[in-house]
Formats: sequence, C-alpha cells, structure tokens
Amino acid sequence: MILFELVPFEILRVVWWVLLGVLLTGFALTDGFDLGVGALLPFVAKTDTERRVAINTIGPVWEGNQVWFILGGGAIFAAWPPLYAVSFSGFYLAMFAVLAALILRPVGFKYRSKRDSAAWRNGWDWALFVGGAVPALIFGVAMGNVLQGVPFRFNDDLKIFYDGTFFGLLNPFALLTGVVSVAMLITHGAAWLQLKAEGPVRDRARAIGSIAALVTIVTYVLAGLWLAKGIGGYALVGQIVNNGPSNPTFSETARTASWFGAFAERPWIAVAPIVGLLGSLLAFYGLRTGKDLMTMLYSKLAIIGIISSVGLTMFPFILPSSIDTRSSLTVWNASSSHQTLFVMLVAAVIFVPIILAYTAWVYKVLWGKVTEADINRNHETVY
Amino acid sequence: MDIGVVELSRLQFAMTALYHFLFVPLTLGLSIIVAIMETVYVMTDRPIWRQMTKFWGTLFGINFVLGVATGITMEFQFGMNWSYYSHYVGDIFGAPLAVEGLMAFFLEATFVGLFFFGWDRLSKRAHLIVAWLVAIGSNFSALWILIANGWMQNPVGAAFNPLTMRMEMTSFFDVVFNEVAQAKFVHTVSAGYVTASVFVLGVSAWYLLKGRHIELARRSIAVAASFGLASALSVVVLGDESGYSVTLSQKMKLAAIEGMWETQPAPASFTLLGLPDQQARETHYAIHVPYVMGLIGTRSLTREIPGIADLVKQAEARIRSGIVAYNALMDYRANKGKVAPDVATTFEEHSKDLGFALLLKRYVDDPRQATDAQIAQAANDTVPTVWPLFWAFRIMVALGFSFIALMVWFFWMSSFRNMRFPRVALRLAVILIPAPWIAAELGWFVAEFGRQPWTVDGVLPTALSASTLSVTDLAITLAGFVLFYSVLFVIEMGLMVKYIRKGPYIDVPETDRWQSIHRDRLTAPSPFGQQPAE
Repeated sequence: MILFELVPFEILRVVWWVLLGVLLTGFALTDGFDLGVGALLPFVAKTDTERRVAINTIGPVWEGNQVWFILGGGAIFAAWPPLYAVSFSGFYLAMFAVLAALILRPVGFKYRSKRDSAAWRNGWDWALFVGGAVPALIFGVAMGNVLQGVPFRFNDDLKIFYDGTFFGLLNPFALLTGVVSVAMLITHGAAWLQLKAEGPVRDRARAIGSIAALVTIVTYVLAGLWLAKGIGGYALVGQIVNNGPSNPTFSETARTASWFGAFAERPWIAVAPIVGLLGSLLAFYGLRTGKDLMTMLYSKLAIIGIISSVGLTMFPFILPSSIDTRSSLTVWNASSSHQTLFVMLVAAVIFVPIILAYTAWVYKVLWGKVTEADINRNHETVY
Repeated sequence: MDIGVVELSRLQFAMTALYHFLFVPLTLGLSIIVAIMETVYVMTDRPIWRQMTKFWGTLFGINFVLGVATGITMEFQFGMNWSYYSHYVGDIFGAPLAVEGLMAFFLEATFVGLFFFGWDRLSKRAHLIVAWLVAIGSNFSALWILIANGWMQNPVGAAFNPLTMRMEMTSFFDVVFNEVAQAKFVHTVSAGYVTASVFVLGVSAWYLLKGRHIELARRSIAVAASFGLASALSVVVLGDESGYSVTLSQKMKLAAIEGMWETQPAPASFTLLGLPDQQARETHYAIHVPYVMGLIGTRSLTREIPGIADLVKQAEARIRSGIVAYNALMDYRANKGKVAPDVATTFEEHSKDLGFALLLKRYVDDPRQATDAQIAQAANDTVPTVWPLFWAFRIMVALGFSFIALMVWFFWMSSFRNMRFPRVALRLAVILIPAPWIAAELGWFVAEFGRQPWTVDGVLPTALSASTLSVTDLAITLAGFVLFYSVLFVIEMGLMVKYIRKGPYIDVPETDRWQSIHRDRLTAPSPFGQQPAE
C-alpha cells in the first residue's frame, strides 16, 4: 500500500493540525451557542414557558452540535495520540468535571419537561446552567495552561508522568483565559437567542450578551498583553525534522522570552486577533441594534479569530511541557503514522461535506423563531 | 506501576462500560422497531401506526439520551485512565473511533432532534427517512466501535514501530475487515434487536394484562415477535463463536469458557455443567456432551481445540521470543534507531512476541533479567480466572435459547392463533423484560474479562496500560461516577415507568376500511374483556 505516500508526511501533519483547529472551532461555533444558552438560562428566562422557549431554541440541534466535540476527541485520539494521552490523563479531574457537565446537559434537556413539578424543573435548569458554564470555563482555563506549558514528561518507554495538581490549573492567567472563553460563548448564545426567540427572553439576552461582548474584548486584550510581557514561549532548536517518527523525545526545545516572536516571524497571523476583536465589536453592535442574522455571523467571526490566534501563535507547538522541554508535543513529533493520517484524511474528505450538507438542511427545516405559542401548543412533545 | 491504580481503573472502566451498555442495546433495536412502525404508517396511512411510532419513540428518546451521554465517558476514559494504552495503540484504535464520529454519531444525533421536533415541519416521507437515518446511524456506530473492540481481541493490520514505541497501522483494510470484529458486530446488534423486541413485547403484554391500549399492544407484539424471532435466531446462529479460533488469547478464552484444561482428541466434547477448579486445573462433576465442542469451535471433526495447559506452554515460548525482541528494542533506543542490519532482522522476526515479554514487567523492570520462575509465572498469568467465564457464558447462552422459545411462541400465537395469549404467557413476557440486559452484560463480561491479562491481545498487558494517576484521583472519580450514575439511573427508570404507565397520548381507532375488512375478528369475543373507559 503505497497510496498514502502520495501526500508527504509533513503536509499531512500540517493538514491535520489545521483540521484539529477546524474541529475545535466547529465545536465552539455550533455547540458554543448551546453552552452559552445554558449559561444564560436562569438569567434570560424567568417563567417556565420562557425557559422552555430558551431551551427549545436549541432543543432540536444541541445533540448534533455536541458531536463536534465528540468527533474532536476522536480525531485527537486518531491523529494526535500523544496529545490525547497527555491532555486527558494530565487534566484528569478537570476532564472529569467536563464529563459530568456534558452528561448532565443532555439529560437536562431531555428530562426537564417530562414532569410538572416546579422543583424538578428548577433543579434541571440549574443543571443546564452548570452544563453550559462549566465546560466553557474549563476549555478556556485549559487554553491558558497550554500557553504556559503543562507539567508533564515522558520516560524512555514514552510513558507519561504528570507532576501538576488540579488547583495548579486554576492559576491567574488561566482563569483570565477562562473568562475570555465564557464571555465569548455567552455572547454567542445571546446572539442565537436574539435570532431564535422573541419578547422578554430576546430582550434580556441582548442586554446580557452585549455586556459579554465587551467583557470578551477587554479580557482578550488583557490576556494578550499578559502573554506578550509576562509569559515565556517555546521554540524548537537544532535541526528540525518535520517528516520523522513521532517521538517527542527525539527533538530539542528551548524556552524563549515570549510567544510573540511568532508575530515577528509570520506577521500575517496578526489577522487572527484582529478578526477576533473586530468580530466581538461587531457582535456588540449587532446585539445593541437587534440585527438577528448578522450578529450570529459577527459572533462566529469573533470565535474563529480568537481560537485561531492561539493556535497560530503557538505553531508548531501543540502542548509544551513546562518541566521537561524535550517532552513538548509539536506538529512534527506528536502525530499518528503517515498511513493513519492519510486514511483519516480520506475519511474526513468524504464525510465532512456530507455532514455539513445535512446539518445545513436540518437548520433550514427548523428555521424560524420559537414562540411561547409554539410551546403551549406542543407542550406534550417539546422539551 | 501501582497495581491499585490498575485495578481501580479496571473497575471504573468495567462499571462505566456496563452502565453504558444498559442503554445501547435498546437504542440499537428500538430505533429499528420504531422505523419499521413508521414505515407501516407511511405505507398504509393508518393513524394507529403513527401513534405507535410516537409512543415507542418517546421511550426510545428517554433511553437514547443516556446512551449518548454515557458514551462520552467511554471516549474520554481511554485518555484519562489508560493513557499508555492510548499512546501505544492510538494510531490504530483511534481511527475507528473517529470514523464512528464522522459516519455515525453525526447522522444519529443530527436527525434524532428532527425525529422528535420535525413531525409538523416535514412531509410523511421525509420524516420516515429521518427515522431510518437515526436507526442506521445508531447501527453504524455499533459497527465502528466493534471494529475498535475487535482489534483489541485480534490485532491485525498493525506492527510495532521501535522508533515511536507504539503500534502503527499497516493496513486499514485488515483492521476494518477483521473477522473477529465482523462476528462481534453481527452478534452485538442482533442482541440489541432481541433486547428491544423483548422490551416491546413485555410492555405490550403488560398493557394486555391491564386491558389498556389493546390495539397498540397487539400490533406492537406482532412487530416485536417477528423482528425478535429473526434476531434471536441470528444471535445464536451467528454467535460470537466464529472468532474464537483466531488468536492465542481468544483460544485461551474459549478453553476457559469450556473449562477445558487439557487438549482433547478431536472432536472435543462440550462441558454442559461442572465446577471448574483453577488450582487443580480440573472441572469437577462435569457433564459432557460428546463432539459438540469440536463441532462448534472448529466446524470440523478433525481439528483439535487446544486446552489451557498447552496454551500456557505456547505462551511461555512466546515470552522467551519476546525477550529477544525486547533486547533488540533496547538497541534501537540506545542508538536512536540507527542499528546494525542483523539487529533489525532479529527485531522483525521476534517483534510479534514483544507483548509477551512485557508481561514480565509486573515482576521485573527489565524483562531480560527475568528468572525461569518469573517466566513460568508470567506464562501462567495468561490464563484468566475460569469459573466466572464458565458460568457467565452458560447463563448467557441459556437466556439466548429462552429468547428463541419466547419469540417462536409469540410469533406462532400472533400469526396463527389470532393473538389469544393466555394470561400466564403475558405475565412471563413481563417478567422476562430484564433478561436480555443480563445476557448482554454477561456477554461483555466474557469478552473482556476473558481477554485478560491483555488490553490488546498479545500486544499490551493490562497492567502496563493505565495512566500514572494517584489512588486519590481514582477514588474521587470512582465515587463521583457511582453517585452520579446511580442518580441518573433512578431518574431514568422513574421516567420510563411513568411514560409506560401513562401510555400513548391518545388512543387512536383503526381506519374504517380496516375495520370493515376485519369485522369477523373484531366481533369475536376478546380474550381480554372490555377495554376500560378512560
């Protein structure tokens, strides 16, 4: 089987690095507004019917959206096995919290309106809040830790040792990036509610969402300044082999003064933070002026810009190690084999367009606002 | 490696996997039964079939959501608790999981929302297609996860790469068309169909006993009995057996299931019942059925099935060969891959046994330093504990045959006896509702416990696969899972019971045309008495 050699290893690695970004961004763009709506739920909707309106705006789509995350996990496992092994075992308790939240959320959607008791429904509403806010926070905190480097190392068998603690993850910089993430996804959720809801739910979402957009801008700029001045970066040293075996211990890594050297090397990547800031600013404007569809697009721009700014700044690093630099994972030393990357690429090329097509069709079928009248008419069947 | 962490990780994996599989089989089967009912609705336009689709669809939804939610745990857990496993075989094992996401999860998850919310927004035909896409998506998902699991039982299409210290894929085709995976897929989805059929049959029988929703219940029994009969036969006939001859640990699993300590002359007899004794390597009070084992296990009269003692001898030889491979691997490591050609040749010859050398790591850090006693001990470790396998398998098979009997009888009564079920049979159908779950969980127990001491047969021992976590970490998550999952289980069962008691939203009469055709049947006295007014 020589077919896979048609595409050079280093190209496949870069393609899968891009696809990793696409999957994480895809998750934030789709399930991001579900998380945002969850986090907003107790604040934008007061009565039971209002809450059902908010929940049913995402009711038919959250399940498909969440698959972006599951697929993200599967793709990291398949294309970046060391990254999967290190991050999931290293962030052990944080991952468990994400897991609990992500289990609580689907169950909350499905079961909340299956009993009439107010205590039952109120309990699930708070579960949905936790299920939205906690993953949003943890994903941001994880990003902050990745930028600082994570305390892990490999031994000669490539067995992973992790020397950090759960509370070590909650350092000030990481909490700041956590706030960026929560604010960004709340903005996105508010944009969605503006598009799909009416009346008081929509009004409250717009008010909170526009504040969240401003918080996104301020915290993102602050985190950027902190990253530029206060946090050391990483760089590969010596001869860089980009098509060699995926063994992190074969490469040499050194600490640098700042990640921002990347902007000197590749000035074009400045487009990412600019898009992120511009998108957030436009989302603020859209939420203020009540532009339903455009705000959704602005908020998507903000997410694409902010997430890709992290990846582009760190390239080729994916997960640097703060205690043993030679263990750091990069695009060149942490991928699957040449053949697996090729096979997975073929699968992605076949299925991703199909997925996008039928997802678009489903959104088209479900187009239009969810009203209180809809809920009352179908109170037996909707969430 | 801390054995406490390994054992707790195993406990956690077993618990979460068995819990996950409380929901999966019903999803697999009920998705298809619901799609069949909707197909009848679209073909005949009779409202009662729409009502059936919606009613069973509601129960499907309550179950489906927990299947999805607990499935996320499974995907996370490889990385969280089994990070060395993830590193070591992720190059192969990750691919089917990712394809599962691309091909199956998106399909079922995207359309399941439309199934519940799309009744007013879609044409009848479009909604029917949506129902089938959900069913196909669920079943595709089973295919890919069983390809992944099948690879753990029979790791084909892969080789060890000494430069990356892991297994790497050599043929995706071999991984996908792995005969163990294919056998497991057919067996598992059929078991799911049986589970859903027994569930629909039991719930409908309960309605008949209560004299409620008789029209819905009788038609549901007709669907469940026909679908269930075909599936129950398929579970047994296309059972898992076909895969047992492939690898050493699969052979060991077969020998352990049979309590077959020594190789018998072909064709071997089947031990119906007995008391396996691991210490004495003997099965006491065994009742043998001549020839049957040889026929099932090898599909021939002449091929031998090796017994446990012979398999241990083979394992010992492979451990010694694995040590040679390990020695060459150390050469690779010391020289960062630049080794003399004869070392490379030696490694290639022995690398398929490398995993056997790793069995020694429980006793000694460097397998090359192992004593003969340690090698014998490690070879002995390849024998799983026999009695739980022996009994789990027999109970599973007995239940499997009881499902065939149940389905045959209900199918016969539905087709040729005008559905005049005696009350005792209906009660039995209600009592049997949990039985397929017991059979399915026992089946997984046999498959996974029987593969020990390996996570990947012959490649990676379980004792090496776990993450370097602390016992405290595991205690926290284990307690969290027990608490969280118990609460969810109570909630789920509560809702299931509530919605079964409640029954369909409204009872729908049959069409006038159907009533005029079937007037004779309807005027005959009903065995269930009058339906109480609601």
